[in-house]
Amino acid sequence: MDKPWNNRAWFLVIPVFVLVAFSAIIPLMTVVNYSVQDIFGPGQAFWVGTEWFEKVLHDERLHDALVRQILFSLAVLAIEIPLGILVALSMPADKGWRTSLVLVLLALPLLIPWNVVGTIWQIFGRADIGLGGAAIRALGIDYNYTGNPRDAWLTVLVMDVWHWTSLVALLCYAGLRAIPPAYYQAAKIDGASRWAVFRHIELPKMRGVLIIAVLLRFMDSFMIYTEPFVLTGGGPGNATTFLSQYLTRMAVGQFDLGVAAAFSLIYFLIVLLFSYVFYTFITTVGTGDRS
Amino acid sequence: MTLRLDAITKTVGGAVHIDRVSLDLAPGSFNVLLGRTLAGKTTLLRLIAGLDRPTSGRILDDGRDVTGRGVAGRDVAMVYQQFINYPSFTVFENIASPLRRKGMDAVEIERRVKRTAAMLRIDGLLDRLPSQLSGGQQQRTAIARALVKEAGLLLLDEPLVNLDYKLREELREELRVLFAERRTVVVYATTEPAEALILGGNTGVLHEGRLLQFGPTLQVYGRPVDTDAGAIFSDPPMNFIDGILTDDGVALSDGTHLPLAAHERGLPAGPCRIGVRANHLGVVRRGDQSVAVPARVELAEISGSETFIHVVHNGVPLVAREEGIHTHPIGEIIPVYFDPARVFVFAPDGRLLAAPRSLPNRLKGVA
Repeated sequence: MDKPWNNRAWFLVIPVFVLVAFSAIIPLMTVVNYSVQDIFGPGQAFWVGTEWFEKVLHDERLHDALVRQILFSLAVLAIEIPLGILVALSMPADKGWRTSLVLVLLALPLLIPWNVVGTIWQIFGRADIGLGGAAIRALGIDYNYTGNPRDAWLTVLVMDVWHWTSLVALLCYAGLRAIPPAYYQAAKIDGASRWAVFRHIELPKMRGVLIIAVLLRFMDSFMIYTEPFVLTGGGPGNATTFLSQYLTRMAVGQFDLGVAAAFSLIYFLIVLLFSYVFYTFITTVGTGDRS
Repeated sequence: MTLRLDAITKTVGGAVHIDRVSLDLAPGSFNVLLGRTLAGKTTLLRLIAGLDRPTSGRILDDGRDVTGRGVAGRDVAMVYQQFINYPSFTVFENIASPLRRKGMDAVEIERRVKRTAAMLRIDGLLDRLPSQLSGGQQQRTAIARALVKEAGLLLLDEPLVNLDYKLREELREELRVLFAERRTVVVYATTEPAEALILGGNTGVLHEGRLLQFGPTLQVYGRPVDTDAGAIFSDPPMNFIDGILTDDGVALSDGTHLPLAAHERGLPAGPCRIGVRANHLGVVRRGDQSVAVPARVELAEISGSETFIHVVHNGVPLVAREEGIHTHPIGEIIPVYFDPARVFVFAPDGRLLAAPRSLPNRLKGVA
């Protein structure tokens, strides 16, 4: 029998293609365009090749921002993932009002716009009038997030944990609720300890949602911009200047569009690469493809 | 072990889930708990396992009271409707897990795991993870995990329900052989009468938390204590028609007369309810089927080898089972035939008054 072949099927993908073109491909190509040319205005563009890329790769301050960024993302993951799991494990499992209340309370931080989160913590952390800042001061600790780089760092970190641990907790909670009760019964009959139940039933069963949680939190924290911008403005000095803020400074502050474009592409590739490597690693390890 | 349940009752928030169930389970016996969905089968298994505590009543293991003892202190293994295995363990590690808990040495563990895996024909899959197995293989692993423990009590809660038809039949056959040679008390919960008949042993009929009847499976099948037990231990459920018992037979409510059969002799006159299993109700007249009642066809379910004809007689729904394919237009009035000697007679309150004499001799496919 002849293989049915119909080129008209291509028409069916046109809507998606147009949509993706406008939302992703065309903007990305514009950036590529800027990254290899020096553009002064319409018709005044000069080919510069890889000059911007070389400049970016030799930028000391960029290296610092990258290191800072990686540290920040790792810290975020190291705190939010275990904490989220812990919160999910300690949440009520029934369908009563307590569960609803806990779910609403957990979802609250997720509903607050990023810049408002920054503002909240900016005021909360102030040493003179802020509830948090003043409280820490009252304990005799010399806390000042606008002057002390360590305090600024911790404040940004705590803010992110406050803002996003709920997401991890909610994802894990959904994963936990999907485990049939018979698993726990079986573990009970086997005489398994609480730790064994977590290690051998709950954790493997939460795998799927944990992969999503880690990917989401990694990508999101790696691109963090608004909250530290509002809270510390990247300071003191450059202590909390992460990649996207540095990028904005280049593009908008100094109007180095070529360098900023080249950097954007590198940034984009880094996120893509990290996510890809992580995803491949996580989905291969422990699925039996170890032989 | 000999397990004795002594008037076990379980109430949850005022609702009675298990109502004074008493049972004696002998060592090496195979016991089927037959009941519809929500009859209390799972609740009873949980109580037997020690996962839940009965509200009242006692559980005795070889005469020792173990009622208050939790599941950890009982010698029990369990298989569930869902395929429960440790997701991150290989098949080998899954089967080995109860032995590792006991602290058995590695050589002995390996020997036992391999032997059990061979029995369940999963010895070629020992390195796989549960997620890489088919449903049937996953359930075989779970059964192996329960068997390897060699517990005194093995509970199976509808273990074959989630398997497809073919696998179910295959595994059912194997289970019968596997359990035949053990000293373990096996309790097997199911909704399917056919499963009880094929697996043999004893059957307890559970209905709304009460144990209606318990005894050797064929005996329970042949003499259900009441209409509920009869309906539960028949698939499709037993047909019931109201009538009046007289000296010379039964007068059905539509006026049809049933001549007196041998097993009905000597019964007190008065209202009664007769029960006929679907396989004893036909649309094609056979030699011994002397009684015919008119009925309106509602539906004919054709399975290939047999047809279930749903009819309404005098306002009462009946189901007849016939070999082969039978098509009847819906709404047609046809006679349905049965043999008075194959009829159960129940009192108006449901108690069994008389059952057909001999046990059914063509059991295969009967239920």
